[in-house]
Amino acid sequence: MKIRIKFRKYGVMKFIGHLDMMRYFQKAMRRAEIDICYSEGFSPHQIMSFAAPLGVGITSDGEYFDIEAGHSQSTACAIKMLNDTMVEGVEITGYVRLPDHAKPAMSVVAAADYTLSFREGVNPPALKSEFAAALNRFFTEQTEVLITKKTKRSEKTMDLKKLVYDFHMEGTETQPIFYLNLSTGSQDNLKPELAVAALFSDMGISFPSDSLMIHRLDVYAVSENGRDFVSLLDMGSVIE
Amino acid sequence: MIKLALSDEILMKIDKPARYIGNELNSVKKRPETVSIRFVMCFPDVYEIGMSHLGIQILYDMFNKRQDVWCERVYSPWPDLHKIMKEEEIPLFSLESQEPVKNSDFLGITLQYEMCYTNVLQILDLSGIPLSACERGENDPIVIGGGPCAYNPEPIAEFFDLFYIGEGETSYDALFDLYKEKKRHGASRIEFLRAAAGIPGIYVPSLYAVSYRADGTIDSFRPLYEDVPSIVQKQVVTDMTDAVYPEKPIVPFLKATQDRVVLEIQRGCIRGCRFCQAGMIYRPTREKSTERLKELAVQMLKSTGHEEISLSSLSSSDYTQLKELVNFLIEECRERRVNISLPSLRIDAFSLDVMSKVQDVRKSSLTFAPEAGSQRLRDVINKGLTEESILNGAKMAFSGGWNKVKFYFMLGLPTETAEDMRAIADLANAAAALYYETVPKENRNGKCQITVSTSFFVPKPFTPFQWAGMYPPKEYINRAKVVNDSIHAQLNRKSIKYNWHEADVTVLEGILARGDRKVGQAIRRVYEKGGIFDAWSEFFCYERWLDAFAECGIDPDFYTLRERDPEEIFPWDFIDAGVTKEFLLREWKNAMQASVSPNCRMRCMGCGANKYGGGVCFEDKN
Ligand code: SF4
Repeated sequence: MKIRIKFRKYGVMKFIGHLDMMRYFQKAMRRAEIDICYSEGFSPHQIMSFAAPLGVGITSDGEYFDIEAGHSQSTACAIKMLNDTMVEGVEITGYVRLPDHAKPAMSVVAAADYTLSFREGVNPPALKSEFAAALNRFFTEQTEVLITKKTKRSEKTMDLKKLVYDFHMEGTETQPIFYLNLSTGSQDNLKPELAVAALFSDMGISFPSDSLMIHRLDVYAVSENGRDFVSLLDMGSVIE
Repeated sequence: MIKLALSDEILMKIDKPARYIGNELNSVKKRPETVSIRFVMCFPDVYEIGMSHLGIQILYDMFNKRQDVWCERVYSPWPDLHKIMKEEEIPLFSLESQEPVKNSDFLGITLQYEMCYTNVLQILDLSGIPLSACERGENDPIVIGGGPCAYNPEPIAEFFDLFYIGEGETSYDALFDLYKEKKRHGASRIEFLRAAAGIPGIYVPSLYAVSYRADGTIDSFRPLYEDVPSIVQKQVVTDMTDAVYPEKPIVPFLKATQDRVVLEIQRGCIRGCRFCQAGMIYRPTREKSTERLKELAVQMLKSTGHEEISLSSLSSSDYTQLKELVNFLIEECRERRVNISLPSLRIDAFSLDVMSKVQDVRKSSLTFAPEAGSQRLRDVINKGLTEESILNGAKMAFSGGWNKVKFYFMLGLPTETAEDMRAIADLANAAAALYYETVPKENRNGKCQITVSTSFFVPKPFTPFQWAGMYPPKEYINRAKVVNDSIHAQLNRKSIKYNWHEADVTVLEGILARGDRKVGQAIRRVYEKGGIFDAWSEFFCYERWLDAFAECGIDPDFYTLRERDPEEIFPWDFIDAGVTKEFLLREWKNAMQASVSPNCRMRCMGCGANKYGGGVCFEDKN
């Protein structure tokens, strides 16, 4: 059966990279005695796939991976077994059974939402209301917002309006927080700090990107009706 | 959650920040106010190497089982972080509490190889602890050295307050109890060290004076006070079965070199190879009971979730209940989908059968370690392996489907001639020829691949070769060239690949391994000139060492080229490592006659280690 597991990653664990997280969970599956299935051959691998890799330095409330299991305990029981063997900074928050025909998490990811806040000790370069006004001008009221994304090999022009589904301010007047919901996945991947950097440069603010803390809230797929987003966890059902 | 010693900005710009954050599964956190001793255990190399070391895992577990001790870990910051810590004056911190190392009571540094000595200085320097023990004050941690290099601690003696000679399991409790008592009575650092010198296995270098002869050799080595023992006794765990062992070893996030459960099946080796320090200093050979090992294997697999288990010992084939243990593991691991790795197995019918069950024959390779190419030289080093048995093993392996074979040899052994070097190539060629003879064309999985690797021999203290002279630096590469040329002249040269090591580092290991107290200043000079991570070829700089020796007026040849006189007092003679100097000298003479000595199970050679009252010396006598 197909199982989807959701976890939080916080605190010092944000410095553990994606590959090391995968290794961490492979060992955790054994410790929690989850009946995970293995590939064939001399060095069998667990059948496990992650939804959307999280960059080093980013915390998250909504990380996912899918496994293939022989049988399963109840959701509550499995979550407890897993959490009993987690380190501080990783918490299992969901464990659901997927329909047998479900596609792997990786291939259905369409969007993710984030908050970006100023690191402790950093003075925000503007008030929340100033950011909100600028954001309106720069993003909300526009029909097209072109930015260039530089990679090692190429430069690519992208339209933020097509990739960012929601961009607004939260937090307090002196501690503003940027909220973004944006396109994620293999095709149109946009990093949230790029969108915020574009806003900054529109405002004429030069600001080191490492003074922002990035936190992922959740990861979404397109719902069956093709119009809304649905949290990856809601695509499965709780095991009683 | 804990506050990290390094800021997010720093952690985001250095390589592998996971090296510095701690928080690993099974690492131990205690409330500082509940303990009376803070101990920081250090492996002076990068995290992934240090985390793979079994000895630290054992002591970490043992120390933390005491309620009054909190043992933490620290590893060498990689050069990228080293630079930042120096620039920003960030003190070195332990992983668990992320607090400065300098605030601890003890800093224990394991010394596994000589080339880590500059990293020892790096650790002290970054911690803000004076490099010289004599400059340390009441608030500095007591710096302890241990591990195989502590069997000749003299080159680094000035940097340590004390050394622990032998296996940590036995005397640390006494040391901790003494420390607590002295602290309660407000005793000074010096008073504590003086009292510690009375604990078996503890060597306090500052309490001994050395004088030298005109020729540079030692004239006398004496304790300064009457109550300080003139001989330091190596510590040995008599009963391995009941000895502490970490049932919940730490599981790193980063892929460490040993990313697996390590099951120590025995300590010591019965073989008595004359070049091998481990084979001498871990005498007598002591086994852990199979029952205990089975229990431990299951517990450790459960507590770590590792996907692989490996046996650890100097020569696993000599473990008396190997069959039973391995069969149990195969069964247990099949159920758990755990891989088994079996290093240091002699190639024979049993091991080939086992290996064909636990690895993919077509992809894996088999290893032979004849160490010397000719029978004469194998007799000199007492490697009781005949050409016939090697080729026999190879033949069985080829018939079993293997076509990749690795051979390990040493070059620069005492009495070695060009003929011995060429014999390496001949042996490799014979093995290749055997493949084509044994395996019919239709069954071949391509060509056979014979890999020959040579390392250069470095004489070590407490071995029969401790008297041996080394060769001039150029000579080492010449020897590798002789082997290379003669491999290229072989009929089956296309099936043979040859690797050899750099020679410069060999000479340095030679100096540091058998050096005396005079060498210490040169190590300090090298560190001051920016030398760290000398065990890494990309950071090692031979010239830096040569310059330092020249500046300190040290003649490297004195330590390397000289064949020692039987009468010479060695810097490490004050240590009683179990094996007597008479035995080692007998073996040195046997070596010169190419006369083979039997192993401990065939006939006792009276090495002296039976005084520990356990292990192989008493196997038939209970
Ligand atoms: S005393 Fe004899 S049996 Fe014991 S370790 Fe020495 S040589 Fe081996």
